[in-house]
Amino acid sequence: MPAADRHAKIADVASAAEGAQAEGGILAFTREQELSAYRAMLLIRRFEEKAGQMYGMGLIGGFCHLYIGQEAVVVGARMSAKSTDQFITGYRDHGHMLACGMEPRRVMAELTGRRGGYSKGKGGSMHMFSREKNFYGGHGIVGAPAPLGVGLAFADLYRGDGSVSLTFFGDGAANQGQVYESFNMAELWKLPIVFIVENNRYAMGTSVERSSAQANFSMRGTAFNIPGRQIDGMDVRAVAAAAREALDWCRAGKGPFLIEAQTYRYRGHSMSDPAKYRSKEEVQRVREEHDPIEQVRARLLAGGIGEDELKQIDAAVRRIVSEAADFATNDPEPDPSELWTDVVL
Amino acid sequence: MTVNVLMPALSPTMEQGKLAKWLKNEGDKVKAGDVIAEIETDKATMEVEAVDEGVLARILVPGGAENVAVNTPIAVIAEEGEEIGPAEAPPSTPAAAPTENAAPAPAKAPDIPASAPQEAAAAAAVPAAPAATAAEPAAPSPAVAVPEIPADTTLLPMTMREALRDAMAEEMRRDQNVFVIGEEVAEYQGAYKVTQGLLQEFGPRRVVDTPITEYGFAGLAVGAAFAGLRPICEFMTFNFAMQAIDHIVNSAAKTLYMSGGQINCPIVFRGPNGAAARVAAQHSQDYAAWFSQVPGLKVVAPSNASDAKGLLKSAIRDPNPVVFLENEILYGKQWDTPMLEDFLIPIGKARIARPGTDVTLVSFSIGVIHCLSAAEALAKEGIEAEVVDLRTLRPMDVPAIIESVRKTGRCVAVEEGWPQCGIGAEIAARVQEEAFDYLDAPVLRVTGKDVPMPYAANLEKLALPSVADVIAAAKAVLYR
Ligand SMILES: Cc1ncc(C[n+]2csc(CCOP(=O)(O)OP(=O)(O)O)c2C)c(N)n1
Ligand SMILES: [Mg+2]
Repeated sequence: MPAADRHAKIADVASAAEGAQAEGGILAFTREQELSAYRAMLLIRRFEEKAGQMYGMGLIGGFCHLYIGQEAVVVGARMSAKSTDQFITGYRDHGHMLACGMEPRRVMAELTGRRGGYSKGKGGSMHMFSREKNFYGGHGIVGAPAPLGVGLAFADLYRGDGSVSLTFFGDGAANQGQVYESFNMAELWKLPIVFIVENNRYAMGTSVERSSAQANFSMRGTAFNIPGRQIDGMDVRAVAAAAREALDWCRAGKGPFLIEAQTYRYRGHSMSDPAKYRSKEEVQRVREEHDPIEQVRARLLAGGIGEDELKQIDAAVRRIVSEAADFATNDPEPDPSELWTDVVL
Repeated sequence: MTVNVLMPALSPTMEQGKLAKWLKNEGDKVKAGDVIAEIETDKATMEVEAVDEGVLARILVPGGAENVAVNTPIAVIAEEGEEIGPAEAPPSTPAAAPTENAAPAPAKAPDIPASAPQEAAAAAAVPAAPAATAAEPAAPSPAVAVPEIPADTTLLPMTMREALRDAMAEEMRRDQNVFVIGEEVAEYQGAYKVTQGLLQEFGPRRVVDTPITEYGFAGLAVGAAFAGLRPICEFMTFNFAMQAIDHIVNSAAKTLYMSGGQINCPIVFRGPNGAAARVAAQHSQDYAAWFSQVPGLKVVAPSNASDAKGLLKSAIRDPNPVVFLENEILYGKQWDTPMLEDFLIPIGKARIARPGTDVTLVSFSIGVIHCLSAAEALAKEGIEAEVVDLRTLRPMDVPAIIESVRKTGRCVAVEEGWPQCGIGAEIAARVQEEAFDYLDAPVLRVTGKDVPMPYAANLEKLALPSVADVIAAAKAVLYR
């Protein structure tokens, strides 16, 4: 697939934060690093907006959970990680795949259930994987990524290759029992895993306050002696800083590390969520005051970058997304014989 | 460049909705993200956002319009300053919409012939094909004839969703020990709106929102039932009950026996089971066979609103754990339902959904809908199929199946679940044990294919049992 890498490069930001100085809880990005973050987050934003539109047109079916608003979390983490580290998450996974350098057109084609999708159209929005990019899904059962991620870390330690598992789950998922079984084993066996709680304040219609006895998720590992950091997940530099600290901790053989990234989802839980559990003003305030992309854009402009250059990036991102949408619209459905393949080897 | 705004699909099972109102007028400027209209589906009121910047040049479907099919153009957004005259009326198919050969036919699962009753046909189309006209409202199905309903009873059309809600509300009024617990059951009014209004009537003490912790709250509910309360434990879908299956099986089902009859467990585990539409492998499994294997459980799977109401009320009053398997695709369908004070349908009794003499079709839940459609098609070819709706899977009304098979000599079992050790496998075993001499052909099974549920529209359709499959199996046992 010759065109693949051209598209992949725009987003795979692995190691992009290398060399940035840590200061006061953030990494001081160079202009080039700011631009990497900007491009990657913008690609996710535009991709998700397009996916939302295509859902409305009936081209995407089933559940479709958009990552809009949370872009800084996975992008910041990826910028401090190596491409050999593994990523795993739940069903709100499109952003993670793009940040891991998976091809937008093949992610989109999976959303439309076409043969060029990452799972040949058999997985859909919630279930995509790429062994090549060390992306392990794409899981529909809330809480499941935690022990699966611990398993990836178990394999890392077993092989001793220095890789770390970055395991993402939501504030709601953090209440599943298997998360605590995972914490215990991870610390007991000093497994190289960074647990990243994407606290977007809601699990479907349930706010953190209504579901969580301990709403400070960074302290959820305390009983297991797992160090935790609560950070501003809307600031990509803060996420990158915490991820670097956590990854260094893991690579030094000290065991797991927990990050609570405080973030926000702008859209409904999935496409069919009327979102009556929060006010429009609340959403509007976050969008206006904390948008992760706008923050980088403002810094870039303040640092003297021209509007023109940003416009060019915007245009390039839009091209990638519309090319992905075209591909995903025109690619054929899987061959009927695929119904019976991949059940067992 | 003008852009058509289409009636959006807002959920996996939405085919049409009401365009409740416009929040912008013709001529208003809009930018991406602006809310321009409100749409009502059977589940919720949703907002439509503009996806492009421009001017709302034309409103094509007025506020208040009912049954607007998904993908119908509802408005035109033009670039600022752009003229769009009446002659330039928007194209009926937007450039970006799926075209005949580029995009597949919309998901249609299961396959139902044109002769099928409207509510079944409506259930099948997800999402609706682009259509220029509003869809017809689905007519309620005729009353379900059952011995439990006296002849002069008033019948009113009711959706499966309403019937379930009413059953819970009535039992909660009747017995203070009945309470509902689960994810999003209270403030959100139910993820699928089945518990709508219960919080308002019964308050947060009896309608309890939980964290996402199925194993935990199912265990809690079982403990509360040991202590004499009567929990209705809702799983958002039965796929998530797998997190809790240990408590359903090890704690709820076995304790009466283990305690020598001292500790019973009056609990209902309920929620949607089986495939919805395009929600893929981890959200589409039919657990009927799994639960029906367990001694100590009762397992119910209604096929229509009336049965759902009478059976759920019986389940809530039952002193045993009852697994109550609903179906998301049936939630929004209407059936005439009896207006009776104390409408109970006994657990463990099947019903003849359609009498016939030539072949017995046995099923439950949405499978019954396929069987009825198949029976109608077969009748046109002179084959009279008898449809047995099991209603309860455990205890299974085997005598009702046997009685029918003795009459017809042929049997097809239909289910959405996987074939190996499925409900059909059990039926085949029981029929050959108890009616071997009456059989004129082997018992056949129509089941979901032996694969995880694929996401792609064409593959999902192939994975699910279809009306055509039922017809083919019926003909096969008739050697026709
Ligand atoms: C075991 C299980 N229970 C319930 C669900 C239904 N469900 C899907 S997402 C979700 C909310 C999860 O919220 P959170 O973990 O905060 O993640 P977010 O959606 O906010 O990213 C629920 C209840 C599920 N998929 N799996
Ligand atoms: Mg959340």
